[in-house]
Amino acid sequence: MKTIYTRPKSLKPVPNHYCPGCGHSIIHRLVCEVVDEMDIRGKIICIPPAGCAVLAYNYFDFDACESAHGRGCAVATGIKRAQPDKLIFTYQGDGDMAAIGTAETLHAANRGEKITSIFVNNAVYGMTGGQMAPTTMLGQKTTTSPYGRRNEVEGYPLKITELIATLPGAAYVTRTSLADPAKIRETKKAIRKAFEVQMAGTGYSLVEILSPCPTNWKMSPREAFVYLEEKMEKEYPIGVMKDNTTKKDK
Amino acid sequence: MDKKILMKGTDALGEAAIRAGCTCYFGYPITPQNEVPEYMSRRMQEVGGVFLQGESEIASINMVLGAAASGMRAMTSSSSPGISLKQEGLSFMAALELPAVIININRGGPGLGNIAPSQGDYYQATRGGGHGDYRMPVYAPASVQELYDITMKSFDVADLYRTPVMILGDGMMGQIVEPIYLNERPKVEIPPKDYILDGAEGRPSRIIKSLILDPAEMEEHNWKLKRKYDLMSHELPQWEEFMTDDAKLTIIAYGTAARIAKGAVKRVRSEGLKVGLLRPITLWPFPEEAIRSLAKKTKLFLVFEMSTGQMLDDVRLAVQGRAPCEFYGRPGGVVPIPQEIARIIERYWLQKEL
Repeated sequence: MKTIYTRPKSLKPVPNHYCPGCGHSIIHRLVCEVVDEMDIRGKIICIPPAGCAVLAYNYFDFDACESAHGRGCAVATGIKRAQPDKLIFTYQGDGDMAAIGTAETLHAANRGEKITSIFVNNAVYGMTGGQMAPTTMLGQKTTTSPYGRRNEVEGYPLKITELIATLPGAAYVTRTSLADPAKIRETKKAIRKAFEVQMAGTGYSLVEILSPCPTNWKMSPREAFVYLEEKMEKEYPIGVMKDNTTKKDK
Repeated sequence: MDKKILMKGTDALGEAAIRAGCTCYFGYPITPQNEVPEYMSRRMQEVGGVFLQGESEIASINMVLGAAASGMRAMTSSSSPGISLKQEGLSFMAALELPAVIININRGGPGLGNIAPSQGDYYQATRGGGHGDYRMPVYAPASVQELYDITMKSFDVADLYRTPVMILGDGMMGQIVEPIYLNERPKVEIPPKDYILDGAEGRPSRIIKSLILDPAEMEEHNWKLKRKYDLMSHELPQWEEFMTDDAKLTIIAYGTAARIAKGAVKRVRSEGLKVGLLRPITLWPFPEEAIRSLAKKTKLFLVFEMSTGQMLDDVRLAVQGRAPCEFYGRPGGVVPIPQEIARIIERYWLQKEL
């Protein structure tokens, strides 16, 4: 019989704690598939965030170092500068990446740190129970924007990926979505490309992934995937924003 | 080395770090310690180490954390307001049991304060500083030579106990220029670092984490740290005594304040007053037994600090009411001269009929 699907070797065979319909488990699997295919388990080090994905180290079967909320890119910088031959990635949520950790993220990108950030954008603070995130959309209701996000009160959604794409230190910047299987496959390709960019030493690489949070969006998983495609992809258009990998050989 | 050379405090501590095998320095400019990152930016390039100016003190301490998790000897330096920003990282490093050396060239505060020498950060340094139930060794050198030697030693202490170590020097310690010997690094056997993250090649994956959701497990981690702190309390206390044998009045002072106090002791000794000085070199663990045993012979302790009185609490806890403790302080960046302290000593000598 032909095997068409197996659990990636670098994904531990344990049940995860994520809610039904959550995007984290999909992204974890994609990362582990890429790690297996590139055969980099022995050189990759993950920096999980504060947030739902803090427990990523319970699922990834490779080295991982916790970081304080928002400090992922600084911790990753310390590890990468100490061990330039290793492959370092931060796994961060929207609050981690674009609110409390904005300075660490932007400056690591601007220095062209040879690290990768996998940025999971679900437009809410998941672990703390659905509060407003920097990426919460205008009109979107959360537990701390109960009247819907208003630009004159809560400000606009922050598009940190677009910001980072303007920085010369960023080599590969893209936004993908988990809305359907084709986009999930694109997401996997983007993760692989981001790791390859890092290994080539071209600069900072970032993959923003639009991901559903049915629990805090107060939707069924099915509704959440529709919302992801119809609302989030409209606010946050998917596609490659920067790719300077071709310039490297010049 | 057998030849003395003139060195500034900040340069001496930088050179000591390099010679102790520090390969990673991360920091952010703040007066009065800018010469440390400046020195390190030059020297790290020469020795093939890592120097990086972070975008903030917060980023810098987290870069130190990453380098320590990689098994490197790592250091950062700052001054009071910057050290406040590093507290989050220090709590994490204490929890994760990651070694590093943190320099605080203490300036006048609170707030932005000023850039003059001060000892106002004693509580922050010795009480943990960040959140959670932890301690951290704190050294208070009082000369450039001692700053050099202690910096070297701090890296060993950090590795031996897997802990961040703070060196608390005031602005005077950083800026003073003195002749020193560039002593060799003492031979210390450091256990293999079996906790570091270097890619799980041919071994099970490792996790460095402080999130322990089960309170019973977290309690166990706290007790484990406590056992380590107890061991440090037993093994690390360091102090200097000066003319304490027959002293009826004993001054307790550290760092720059202790240098001033020593000058005062010499001055009043020449007038026949039996006065001595005990200078804590470790502020945590505090040399409480040394102070307690002096309480048997001295009639009065006089604590002198360049603050409104912080170490005073530790002296009182050590003395346990066995002798009276008086206090004299000059906070805010004021550095008194020995004559001023001598006058205070003379006043107590007469008042208390010593």
